[in-house]
Amino acid sequence: MKIILPIILVVATAALMVIAVVGAGHAGGTVGIAAGSAVSGLTPKAGTPQQALANLLVDLRRRNWDRAFSALAKNSVADEDTFVQDWLGSHGSLRSLSNLEGFETRPLHATNDEAQMRAHLHWTTPVGPIADVRDFHIVREGDIWKVVWPKAQGLNVPAQVVPVTYLRWDLVTANASDEWGAKNIDAPHVRITSMNAVESAEGVVVMGEVVNEDTVPAFVNVNATLVDGAGNPIDEETSFDKIAHVLLPKQVTPYRIDFPNLNIKDVKNVRMDVKASLVPASADPVIGVMNQKVDSDVQGKSVLHGDLLNESGQTVNIPHVIASFYDNNGKVVWVSDGYVDRALLPQSSEPFAVEIPRSIAPRVQSFHVVVNQYSLGRS
Amino acid sequence: MYRLLPTGVAICAAMCLAFSAVGVCTAQDIRVPQTSTAGEEATISTTGTGKATFYLVGPAVSRKSDLILGEEIHLPAQDLRNAGGYLAVVCSDTCRSAAFYVSAAKPAILTFLVHPSRVPVSRPDAVSGVAIPFDKFHNLVLAPETVNFQSTAGTSSLFSRQARTQDGIAWFRTASGKSAGTVQVVASLDDIAAKRAVQQVASDPCNLRIKGQRTANGIVVETEPVHDCAGNVVPDGTIVTFTATEDNNRSTVDAPIKKGIARAQIEGTGPASISVASGVVMGNELRIGAKP
Repeated sequence: MKIILPIILVVATAALMVIAVVGAGHAGGTVGIAAGSAVSGLTPKAGTPQQALANLLVDLRRRNWDRAFSALAKNSVADEDTFVQDWLGSHGSLRSLSNLEGFETRPLHATNDEAQMRAHLHWTTPVGPIADVRDFHIVREGDIWKVVWPKAQGLNVPAQVVPVTYLRWDLVTANASDEWGAKNIDAPHVRITSMNAVESAEGVVVMGEVVNEDTVPAFVNVNATLVDGAGNPIDEETSFDKIAHVLLPKQVTPYRIDFPNLNIKDVKNVRMDVKASLVPASADPVIGVMNQKVDSDVQGKSVLHGDLLNESGQTVNIPHVIASFYDNNGKVVWVSDGYVDRALLPQSSEPFAVEIPRSIAPRVQSFHVVVNQYSLGRS
Repeated sequence: MYRLLPTGVAICAAMCLAFSAVGVCTAQDIRVPQTSTAGEEATISTTGTGKATFYLVGPAVSRKSDLILGEEIHLPAQDLRNAGGYLAVVCSDTCRSAAFYVSAAKPAILTFLVHPSRVPVSRPDAVSGVAIPFDKFHNLVLAPETVNFQSTAGTSSLFSRQARTQDGIAWFRTASGKSAGTVQVVASLDDIAAKRAVQQVASDPCNLRIKGQRTANGIVVETEPVHDCAGNVVPDGTIVTFTATEDNNRSTVDAPIKKGIARAQIEGTGPASISVASGVVMGNELRIGAKP
């Protein structure tokens, strides 16, 4: 009896380990964070396109670069460094600060020798969780399947000198000992030009646009307070990152304030409050928004997509797109935003897409896109 | 002011009232100055004989001293630096009190507030100023005084007005000038003056016009020098939005004015229609042909 019990425990433990190692790798349908081999070196054989993609994503998530690179098809990216940089991102981009938390895959098309798979990638980033959809081409090489990792298209930007007319505003604050009223500088004059409160799937959304009517840059924040029928405040929220905070003179930004889990029927009034203060700012970089178009994406969702063109000589580390959508009366009916996870290099462009809710899409007649930017070491 | 009565005075006054009620207390006179000015000495005369205690309670003073009835009480200047109501109390067997008022001295400081610090040109009633005279002890001068307001741009005078203070305040309101630049606003009262600066800035752009040409990389489009309707140069940094429409695609660039001109680069190879706007002002529309 003394010997039998330990033997049973050892056998049961070993059996569970085998189930964990083999079973997780062969999980059908959805493969996520638990996918792949629990033990290094015991990755399931890529006998199917789905398994090949799951193996690759698990290795990438674990940063097993050598093994991930070995799982690529022959006609993929030429060297491992390029492959790793393509996955990790560079130049302080949002991707370089993100981690793959999980993924789901599903087949789109398959033959005996090649297959098309779609992966929903879930990233953890400094600006919150971001979902991404990416299609992969997988080919059979012998008896295993391998993922084709397309060669990164090098930037075709010629070496050049970009002349800059340096334009920047700095602040000098008055000393406390200065005479009262002698050196006051007024806060920038900003104005809410539109406001619309609607109900969405998540709750109440207050949105609109703000313009800086002054001749100096302004740091802007919009607050909204929902008030019930008795005049009591229900909730108060701020626009947080759904606004371009630094507005140059005459610049317009959309804003959106979310009130989760609230019902518009309970709201009688909305109190708006826009706060503006002087802020040091730079007029650069200039980012153009090219080829804007409302279309359907691969999942059938309505999206506004286009390309961001960095017209300056500075690298923009994290571009942030905020778009306001108008109906045929010019009323703001929705505000969407999205981060671009690749850095925007000088004189180069990166694609972007922001989603339009299904219920809003038919009413959208026009739109306005603003690009916010976060650059390391600059204000 | 009477709330500032020290406990001793309150007790004394209460005792006086109590003794008066039973007819024990006999009165002595106290005479305070009819008019008194902050920072100037004053005297209070008393009648009667014997020793007594003197209390003085004012906006920023509370003191007690012994005195001999019939002699004058000398109030030093430093006890009367603060304008306002004072109470003098003399107590021997009985207590007698008298109130007097100390007025502010002549104006020595002129506090001047001008709003706003930046104003677009040609705006009616856009600039306002408030002048508040104080004496050298920082007492608000309530007596009516005449304040001269004057604004100048460079060497030319834009505005000049006199205003009498009411309850210690004089003010003006005026339109902004027609030229951008710094305007100096001066408020003066006798030999004291306070200067403030108001930055007059260009108003909204006017007659916004663009020109453009196709290049190897797309289209380069730029504005002509941007002015307001009065001909002032619109400040650098003002955002000008270029919008190019090509087939169903639209491209926009928010470009800041630099050295009076806003410039943008727009991608595209087909024929494009380009418009321009700054704030609520629209400019001309430009049509650029397809890339040959």
